[in-house]
Amino acid sequence: MEIIAAHHLEKYFGTLAAVDGISFSVQKGEIFCFLGPNGAGKTTAMKMIHCVSKRTRGDLLVFGMDPDTHSRMIKQRLGVVPQENNPDPDFSVFQNLTIYARYFGIPREQAEERAIGLLEFMQLSDKMDAPIETLSGGMKRRLIIARALINDPELLILDEPTIGLDPQARHLIWEKLRHLKSLGCTLVMTTHYLDEAERLCDRLVIMDSGKILVEGSPAALIREYAGEEIVEAFSSQEVISCLQSQDIGYDIFGDTIQVQAEDSRSIAHILMQAGCSDRITVRRATLEDVFLKLTGRTLRE
Amino acid sequence: MAYGGLTEISRGSLAVWRRNLDAFIKTYKVNFIPPFVEPVLYLLALGYGVGALIQDVDGIPYPVFIAPALVSISVMYSSFFECTYSSYVRMYYQKTFDAMIATPLSIEDVITGEILWGATRGTIYAAFMIPVLFLFGVIDMPTSLLLIPFALPAGLLFSAIGICFTAVTPGIDALNYPAFLFITPMFLFSGTFFPIGILPQTLQYFAFGFLPLANVVNVNRAITMSEFSPMLIYNIFWVFLVALLFFIIGLNLMKRRLVN
Repeated sequence: MEIIAAHHLEKYFGTLAAVDGISFSVQKGEIFCFLGPNGAGKTTAMKMIHCVSKRTRGDLLVFGMDPDTHSRMIKQRLGVVPQENNPDPDFSVFQNLTIYARYFGIPREQAEERAIGLLEFMQLSDKMDAPIETLSGGMKRRLIIARALINDPELLILDEPTIGLDPQARHLIWEKLRHLKSLGCTLVMTTHYLDEAERLCDRLVIMDSGKILVEGSPAALIREYAGEEIVEAFSSQEVISCLQSQDIGYDIFGDTIQVQAEDSRSIAHILMQAGCSDRITVRRATLEDVFLKLTGRTLRE
Repeated sequence: MAYGGLTEISRGSLAVWRRNLDAFIKTYKVNFIPPFVEPVLYLLALGYGVGALIQDVDGIPYPVFIAPALVSISVMYSSFFECTYSSYVRMYYQKTFDAMIATPLSIEDVITGEILWGATRGTIYAAFMIPVLFLFGVIDMPTSLLLIPFALPAGLLFSAIGICFTAVTPGIDALNYPAFLFITPMFLFSGTFFPIGILPQTLQYFAFGFLPLANVVNVNRAITMSEFSPMLIYNIFWVFLVALLFFIIGLNLMKRRLVN
């Protein structure tokens, strides 16, 4: 079942195309990820899905409904974790959840019951009555995720859910997101952490300049665009001439040479034999290789 | 956008109003000081201090003359500042509006809730001033209880005007312009501390045509002194009409600011 269907979706700010004709669909129960450099249009695309930004052109259906005409009904069924933590600083952790529940029209008793359950789920029970300013960054993030779950959403939208968190907090959040998926919740997220996307996502798109470059599962994309393994060596004249003499393709990034290879061992062996053993490593290809290959290494913004 | 956005308002606006009420109650100790302290200070300094030099104003003792103005000013300040500085902090620094519109609430719900709350705060202040003024013997009872229901439309008027400034201000500092160039002059020249009747005729027309506080003071003075004239129908009508006008303008300016 399609939870989100977008067809030639466009968003213009003045003459700038932030989202430039993208088509994608998200199926029920999957974790779908938007990747891309800053300014690629990921957040804008997500804002159109959760009905706070109006599309310029194209078709968009969320739960089979048009965000332009049915925003209240769509928003009733989804949860949003914005990029920037925005807990309500005038209230305690617990009140943040119960007051947010009122915006959904959830009756008080039910709201309090859910709030207690969600604080337990996000491991914040002992911070229940704490003022917001006493929370750490990780706790605030968990609170925002708990808040997004207050209406028991069918679709959860997360803009960089683990931004700025320590490894412990990231792992906890990954575990919780997988658990939500196992309960049938659909997740749509963005992230700049490609290992996170690789671990969590069923399917992803890589965007750049408002367009979708590729779409697929992390494993399929890695196989197609980065091969199985990568050999890296210090970029010296000997290495380059050795690779050229063997007619092996390579890329140079700063002081590192990369060779994308099926048979990485034999390439490493060739380099060793030629006496260029300086800093040779063989590693598995990752989503990061795909990402950099497709979007380039130039800094954005 | 039908009917200037009025059709986009739902019961959800009450949840926004309630959030602000909860925050107000949470810090009640500071919030309840002004309505008790302000009238005492003004009455002592102006009513009895300056008042000692003044025989009377058109046969009215000076403290009695300024008492309704003190209530009007309190409604103006509390409503206007709630929907300018406080709303701006919630909108821009706390991102509370962003969190709200990610729920089924519309922007119109959020803004309506803010304006309703600003008016409620003004009404609460007016209500708390009544016993203080009554103890000084400067207002008629029980007619002065009418100050409370009239504080609501008056509060809506000042809140709606405040929201319009909040919607267009480039930053929180720029909110000082309407505070000093609009609110402060109004505070002094709206028949508050001297009768409008001593102004030149054109300025009198200007005051009742364009100054919200002048119209509010005129109604409140009639209430506290139990002296009603046909002019009041005009004043009350003016307050309701202009409140509605700025309410609709505020909704649309905010929509323009927050939706992109």
